[in-house]
Amino acid sequence: MGIIRQLTEKPWLVTDRGIVEDIDESAFPSAAPTGLRVYFAVATVMFTLIAAMYLMRMGVGHPGEGLDWRSTPKPWLLWVNTAILILSSVSFERTRAAARLGQMHRVAVGLLTAGFFAFAFLAGQLIVWWQLADAGYFLTTNPANSFFYLITTLHGLHLLGGLVAWGRTTYKVWDGVEPAKVSLSVGLCASYWHFLLVVWLAFFYLLLVT
Amino acid sequence: MGFMMAYATLADDLKELHHPKTWVGKYVWSQDHKIIAVQYMVTAIGTGLIALVLSDLFRLQIGFPGSLSFMTPELYYQFITMHGMIMVIYLLTALFLGGFGNYLIPLMLGARDMVFPFVNMMSYWVFLLAVLVLVASFFVPGGPTGAGWTLYPPQAILSGTPGHEWGIVFMLASLAIFIIAFTMGGLNYVVTVLQARTRGMTLMRMPLSVWGIFVATILALLAFPALFVGAVMMMLDRILGTSFFMPAIVSMGQHLGYSGGSPILFQHLFWFFGHPEVYIVALPAFGIVSDLLSVHARKNIFGYRMMVWAIVIIGGLSFVVWAHHMYVSGMNPYFGFLFATSTLIIAVPTAIKVYNWVLTLWRGNIHFTVPMLFAIAFIFTFINGGLTGLFLGNVSVDVPLSGTYFVVAHFHMVMGVSPILVVFGALYHWYPKITGRMYNEKLGKLHFWFTFIGTYLIYFPMHYLGFLGMPRRYYEYGQTAFIPDSAHMLNAFITVVALVVGVSQLIFFYNMIWSYFYGPKAGGNPWKATTLEWQTPDTPPAHGNWGPKLPTVYRWAYDYSVPGAPDDFIPQNVPADATSRHHRT
Repeated sequence: MGIIRQLTEKPWLVTDRGIVEDIDESAFPSAAPTGLRVYFAVATVMFTLIAAMYLMRMGVGHPGEGLDWRSTPKPWLLWVNTAILILSSVSFERTRAAARLGQMHRVAVGLLTAGFFAFAFLAGQLIVWWQLADAGYFLTTNPANSFFYLITTLHGLHLLGGLVAWGRTTYKVWDGVEPAKVSLSVGLCASYWHFLLVVWLAFFYLLLVT
Repeated sequence: MGFMMAYATLADDLKELHHPKTWVGKYVWSQDHKIIAVQYMVTAIGTGLIALVLSDLFRLQIGFPGSLSFMTPELYYQFITMHGMIMVIYLLTALFLGGFGNYLIPLMLGARDMVFPFVNMMSYWVFLLAVLVLVASFFVPGGPTGAGWTLYPPQAILSGTPGHEWGIVFMLASLAIFIIAFTMGGLNYVVTVLQARTRGMTLMRMPLSVWGIFVATILALLAFPALFVGAVMMMLDRILGTSFFMPAIVSMGQHLGYSGGSPILFQHLFWFFGHPEVYIVALPAFGIVSDLLSVHARKNIFGYRMMVWAIVIIGGLSFVVWAHHMYVSGMNPYFGFLFATSTLIIAVPTAIKVYNWVLTLWRGNIHFTVPMLFAIAFIFTFINGGLTGLFLGNVSVDVPLSGTYFVVAHFHMVMGVSPILVVFGALYHWYPKITGRMYNEKLGKLHFWFTFIGTYLIYFPMHYLGFLGMPRRYYEYGQTAFIPDSAHMLNAFITVVALVVGVSQLIFFYNMIWSYFYGPKAGGNPWKATTLEWQTPDTPPAHGNWGPKLPTVYRWAYDYSVPGAPDDFIPQNVPADATSRHHRT
């Protein structure tokens, strides 16, 4: 328990604890993975609160007239989209492994595959929107629809933000940046993709059971 | 893990710092945390000035109804709304975290800069955009929102509330932009504390200022998403006609398109953010005031570890008390009991902090410098405001007092005046480091007495008004039996004092600006303080802060008046063998 030991140390004692002069500076981790993890915490709170609002809104309605919640239909395309997002994440994981080994050719192919699947997912989500609207399930028709559009929009925007990072990483590979730096970027993208996959799976489950 | 964290900064040491070449690159599009800090401070204080002027204007209406011909009821509500929102978010949050966080974290921890300087720069510019959108709302048709700073739906977006056309949209947009800006800054502050501390700067050797800002940043990162979600959902209700928060409503005989939503959902979201927000403002104040007391009393802070744990515990508890703002919202009484209990528990770590501040002063070598005066004044106002919080935390006491001036008195004392006193103390304390010059001490003390006595005279009488049952938010009271003439006189008195306090702030601005050009050179360490920011090779610190080599830390931040030491302070970067230290621990 490092954190407990740290919080119970007696700082008023003068010691040379924490002082080592000969250290391998190149071995230190970059700050970016920590920053990304902190962001995951922030985004998790946001998505969790939306889920909480979703469940709480289900339980309110017109006084005396019962609940006004009517579940949004789940087009089969959502299953396909989910599979595509999983494929995108898997591609990123394989790309991360390739980047670690410095196999830049495989990294290039992996990035393009992952990006393709990500764009395909977003396109699929747009088609779902179009299908729902076509069937008369508009944003304001029912609170369930409002939440569906809100959740898919926020998730999609996060993925779009990830695609900006993906674009920069792909450009780095194309530009011949050294493998170590590419490896860091690919790793960050892969973690972010997995995070968004988990968020989507959680929401998809919520949609299915309600 | 701890060791890794302690040295991780050195990795960043290898990174080349971004060295700007032009004036614009150096002072406008700057990635230097010190410049960004000053940008944040100036913008936040400038916005706060607007809020100060607004408060004096609506105080004139309360104290002398009808004295301002242009003060319509609509304008009155718009002014109180914008005053509250600006003071809480755009002044205090931005100033403590964006301003002091940016300035102090790298300097106090021995880092060259924040870990993501570009993101840090973006944070400021997006914050400025949020401020501009906020200010723009004064000029849109219908004016800014007058919904009250809590922006409760349904009234916030219905006709009848001033600014329901565009003001509320601009307000929500500005908040969403602010939250994005803060998240960028907040990631920097947290990761810098975790990974960019210099050699020897263990977590428990960090000055309490950094602890306060660090924990407050974590609170903000986890609390602001609630406001973000609430703002987005209310925006959808307002613009696209969804019914997240909006129930079925008949307005002017017309059925509106809304149905089935619940305003209480918004209240939960708002206060899930809103209560931690109190501590987002208070924890940096707690941290900074601990350092001010220790430096100017030449004594180590009493109970350093308890102070750290108290900050962490208060931060954790602040997430489980939000519904004490909703006792009168019609929620389940058992729910209220739970939240009353958790609220009262917060009093324990908070009281520990207050005792430790007082014990730090006890038998200290107290120097009544300007920062010290503000720090001691903070203890007075904070105890006062904190004790009334114990009243309001109980459901049965809160119900009759809710919506009266007692509440106004409480929250202004505890999270208005107290943090502002620390802000002033901190500005007077670090001004010599930021500018390299010393301000006029006499003017500083004059400003202090006007501000401290003045704010006490403003807010203390409000408790009596609250006991009388005088409701807050009213534009005009007219002739009401339960409000005696003396209450009206008291209101007039409060207004006069508020005007005096408002004008007396000019002393502060004059002092700061004049001293920037003509103040005497302050030297590197005018307060003889131990923390690293006072040990920089240059004052003001140069780009990169430390010259060629980062400082190494050998001791905690509170080695004042150590028995046997030649000076009454030993800086953190002085090795153990350089001075003897025989100190019972």
